[in-house]
Amino acid sequence: MGFRLEKSGRIDRTKPLDFTFNGRRYRGFAGDTLASALIANGTHLTSRSFKYHRPRGILTAGAEEPSALVQLGEGARTEPNLRATQVELYDGLVASGVNAWPSASCDLAAWTGRLAPLFPAGFYYKTFLWPASFWKALYEPAIRRMAGLGHAPDAPDPDSYDRMNAHCDVLVVGAGPAGIAAALAAGEAGARVVLVDEQPALGGALQGLRHRVDGVDGTEWAGAAAARLAAMPEVRVLTRTTLFGYYDHNTLSAVERRTDHLGPGRPAGTSRQRLWTIKAGRVVLATGAHERPLVFADNDRPGIMLASAAQRYVNAYAALPGERAVLFTNNDAAYEAAHDIVEAGGSVGAVVDCRPQPTAPLAPALREAGAALHTGSVIAATHGAKRVRSVTVAKLGKDGGLSRERYRIYCDSVLVSGGWSPAVHLFCQSGGRLAFEEARGVLLPGEATQALQVAGAAGGSFGLAACLAEGGAAGAEAARAAGFGDGSPPPPPPSDAPEPGAITPYWLAPGLKPLGHGKAKHMVDHQDDVTAADIRLAAREGFRSVEHVKRYTTIGMGTDQGKTANVNGLAILADTLGKTVPEVGTTTYRPPYTPVTFGALAGRDRGDLMDPVRRTAMHEWHEENGAVFEPVGQWHRPWWYPKPGEDKHAAVARECRAVREACGLLDASTLGKIEIAGPDSARLLDMVYTNAFSTLKVGRVRYGLMCGDDGMVFDDGTTARLGENRYLMTTTTGNAAHVLEWLEEWLQTEWPEMRVWCTSVTEQWATVALAGPRARDVLAAVAPALALDTESFPFMSVTEGTVAGAPARVFRISFTGELSFEINVPWHHGRHVWEALMAAGADHGITPYGTEAMHVLRAERGFIIVGQETDGTTTPQDLGMDWIVSKKKPDFLGKRAWSRADNLREDRKQLVGILTENPKEVLPEGTQLVDKPGRAPVPMIGHVSSSYMSPTLGRSIALALVRRGRARMGETVHAAPDGRFLPCTITEPVFYDPEGAKRDG
Amino acid sequence: MAEQPVPQSPLASLADALAATGADGVTLAACPARARLNLRLDPEDGGALEAAGAALGGTLPLAPNTATAAADGWSILWLGPNEWLVCGPADDGAARAGALEAALAGTHHAVTDVGAMYTTLTLAGANARTVLMKGCRLDLHPRAFAPGACAQTALARAQVILHQIGAEPVYELTVRNSFAHYLASWLLDAMAEYRPA
Repeated sequence: MGFRLEKSGRIDRTKPLDFTFNGRRYRGFAGDTLASALIANGTHLTSRSFKYHRPRGILTAGAEEPSALVQLGEGARTEPNLRATQVELYDGLVASGVNAWPSASCDLAAWTGRLAPLFPAGFYYKTFLWPASFWKALYEPAIRRMAGLGHAPDAPDPDSYDRMNAHCDVLVVGAGPAGIAAALAAGEAGARVVLVDEQPALGGALQGLRHRVDGVDGTEWAGAAAARLAAMPEVRVLTRTTLFGYYDHNTLSAVERRTDHLGPGRPAGTSRQRLWTIKAGRVVLATGAHERPLVFADNDRPGIMLASAAQRYVNAYAALPGERAVLFTNNDAAYEAAHDIVEAGGSVGAVVDCRPQPTAPLAPALREAGAALHTGSVIAATHGAKRVRSVTVAKLGKDGGLSRERYRIYCDSVLVSGGWSPAVHLFCQSGGRLAFEEARGVLLPGEATQALQVAGAAGGSFGLAACLAEGGAAGAEAARAAGFGDGSPPPPPPSDAPEPGAITPYWLAPGLKPLGHGKAKHMVDHQDDVTAADIRLAAREGFRSVEHVKRYTTIGMGTDQGKTANVNGLAILADTLGKTVPEVGTTTYRPPYTPVTFGALAGRDRGDLMDPVRRTAMHEWHEENGAVFEPVGQWHRPWWYPKPGEDKHAAVARECRAVREACGLLDASTLGKIEIAGPDSARLLDMVYTNAFSTLKVGRVRYGLMCGDDGMVFDDGTTARLGENRYLMTTTTGNAAHVLEWLEEWLQTEWPEMRVWCTSVTEQWATVALAGPRARDVLAAVAPALALDTESFPFMSVTEGTVAGAPARVFRISFTGELSFEINVPWHHGRHVWEALMAAGADHGITPYGTEAMHVLRAERGFIIVGQETDGTTTPQDLGMDWIVSKKKPDFLGKRAWSRADNLREDRKQLVGILTENPKEVLPEGTQLVDKPGRAPVPMIGHVSSSYMSPTLGRSIALALVRRGRARMGETVHAAPDGRFLPCTITEPVFYDPEGAKRDG
Repeated sequence: MAEQPVPQSPLASLADALAATGADGVTLAACPARARLNLRLDPEDGGALEAAGAALGGTLPLAPNTATAAADGWSILWLGPNEWLVCGPADDGAARAGALEAALAGTHHAVTDVGAMYTTLTLAGANARTVLMKGCRLDLHPRAFAPGACAQTALARAQVILHQIGAEPVYELTVRNSFAHYLASWLLDAMAEYRPA
């Protein structure tokens, strides 16, 4: 624990925590991050870089970290690419650096660094091109293994996740001084406020500083503010929560890490992470700023870190970055970081300031503490293998190049500061435009497109006093805009921080050799290993657009989206092209701000709850009786009911035979049902069906086809006339909601004068189809009062009565060709009636049958299924169903479309039956049909739409759509299922009882 | 008709799990069967609105997403500009439907029995709102959604009619039967964190 300060910091020294990193055991304290605990242990080397496997350490202390990426945890809970700077330490934590094998310290792939000349920007566009077949088999897998980050877990996630939807008047993003002030102001005004921050405690930048606010230490002020906010009933504070997405209509997404900081000891009942969707009246973006590195030769060695990060490690975590530091800066503010290190007992060997005459107020104090002041100078080289050991400082000449005046300075840490970049990511995501300010070299939020305000450092106001004042004003104004308070800003609390001081933007420090020569690398994007030379190369090769340079070099394309790299990269590109930054433009930031786990996005939509399973009233009976279920939309319908030892084929054959020879029972509850009421009901039905319903008599039922205005069949079903002005329409299972919408659409947009009400009653009724020659006997046993003889209850009619004690509507319709009753009872009597029928039918050989048997039975009888025999390009005429198309009605949906030339073509595909020469051959549905065997390409004349082994006929049957099929009865065509050509005969598409003799039993 | 079978609930298999709720600030329960009528009429149709209200012993709400109480334990929920859900005691359904039909004779209306189409759950207790926030995009804060408010919305992946009937808060969730098992399972899962270990 050599670098842990004895005093100061916000860690709890009474709670030591043991952890393992890269195979070595360490100790930290409660309140540490993984990064701060490593630094306190003198460990800076964490991982290897993406492309060159260069040793990498900890660059930052926050979300912007590009290089200290770790694989956290083991087994099913392992998680890749976490920023060590954001991982809260817990006892027993196990982590390792990414992209190194066997370890970051001894990485066998480090040889790639020596091959760097082979891997310039865009190397994958230039090399590994030949032979083409090698790319997929060899090059890509090899590159993916070498380059890349951590690995995903390969076992199911054992944790639970959930979601929360929140609404507020004012959402404040970021709980630094500006965000706290904004939340306080808006909360006191009475607005509903949500304050979101990714840290475990409020304070933001104050946590890393030693400034006083309102007479107390800044973190103490933040703690008091947290208590005040907690006491406001309409304020919700979400800590450990990253707001990662800003979408339209002020809808924002955040992920709350609820138990990650507890490690494996997390409580079982609590979701690990929670995804928040927040709808805000106004948003205050107080997202702060990120310090950016300076670009100089070999600026990526472990031990080189941002000045503000070093300052935070010292002040917040009592961890010294090293024994002897060097500061390299272009601005005054960074002197404070070096000064804090000295105050904490550390040593600063030198201050290297690229400005010829810096005016930093803290310079004298640092000189007094022993730091050599090198003005007008840069770090021209760094030295050391796995840790920086010394730097070469060189005076700049008049031309901006290096003079001969050079110094070697020994150190084990380098603090760099190139100024600050406002964290404008969420502002960009909201649709706002950025503006570049030349004087400080910053991209600032410009015009906003949503109801938002930017406060504090996120808007370029880097001073503490300005942050507090702007935050309060933004919070008060946001509350006023939402209808709370008069918008007058509260007086900002006094603070003692100096103004940020002067800065001179500086983008690229020359190295000892010209850029791109020698081994030194000027790293711009630490995560993707993009150097200044790469950007220069891209410009030399003709890339001008910043978007193209981004994709060619991959700058900003890592998991950090270039938070530390983008502004430097833009400026270097602009300089290379001889343009200004605004002329070059900027790339866009997209959600997520930092990576989000798939678990959080999935929430509880997994396993049994992934999607609703819609269950009928008889669902549990089906389960208890061994049904295999078929998903139909969200419904689960019994597919078949295998008996012990039966396979699908045997079960379906048994069920089919039962219906043909005795009787069967089908759960038909899922069919859509719509009650249509009102004086214009008949008119509406005449318009939406191809046949007439105004002529239907009360108590009778008619089958109808529904077409779109393109003339194509889109639904079918039977409709009963219950009264003069009242019909009950049935739809296919999958189309129930769509048909209701279709009716409403026409009623509301084209025929508003029609007086019709449409009401879905699909689930009011449980529907049991009782089919087979014995059906009448079975029904009679449980419905003694119903007259079931053919004369009183003819085919295609409806009656009402009592079935097994329940009020019922019974339809005499048939989808099997057999005598059939569809019995509708109120949903909650469904299972009772089903069981009563099963009991009553026991002596008659009653058999429950599933959708597969239903399909076979209807195909034998030649009944179509919409979506199987039709595909959205099929007309009633194609199906040979001209008989159902009214010749009398003046107009109805679809009619006009049939006069289109394409619908009059004689070679349209028409519905026919297909019998294979080999009666045992069941063609796969979808099989293509051709006239003659031959080598591909063979002209295709149609396809098989339904195909089954028919137990009734003792052979295979199929329905197909074949060009000119109706005119080709008896001809031989060939089916080509799997390379074979199987001769088949075209037949009528009805295989069983074409006269309909069976329907009355 | 006196010997009608006992109505079956789609939540029968979850009865034990439902009964075990309520320990820590949130209770989920299945309501007994009730009468529900879907009522359609044109409010501009002279007198229809008043006639329906009189037949129900109450007033049909015209403000979107509100519900009113009517006589004898009936309530009237606004579903749309010309659509209401009328709910009440199960054994009173046919009589009430008849009364509505009689009162509305001669107007363009529809009274449709949807009593067996839905299952109603009550979710009550200090944590009830938080549980709903996990799956409902509506703003359920008392300033936006108070007792007497109702809405047709999505809860998790199911469509529900959400009706707040008490300030504690107490909500009624009316869901189509086929979704009831899913919805109750989802709610039980979402409530798990409030269950004492």
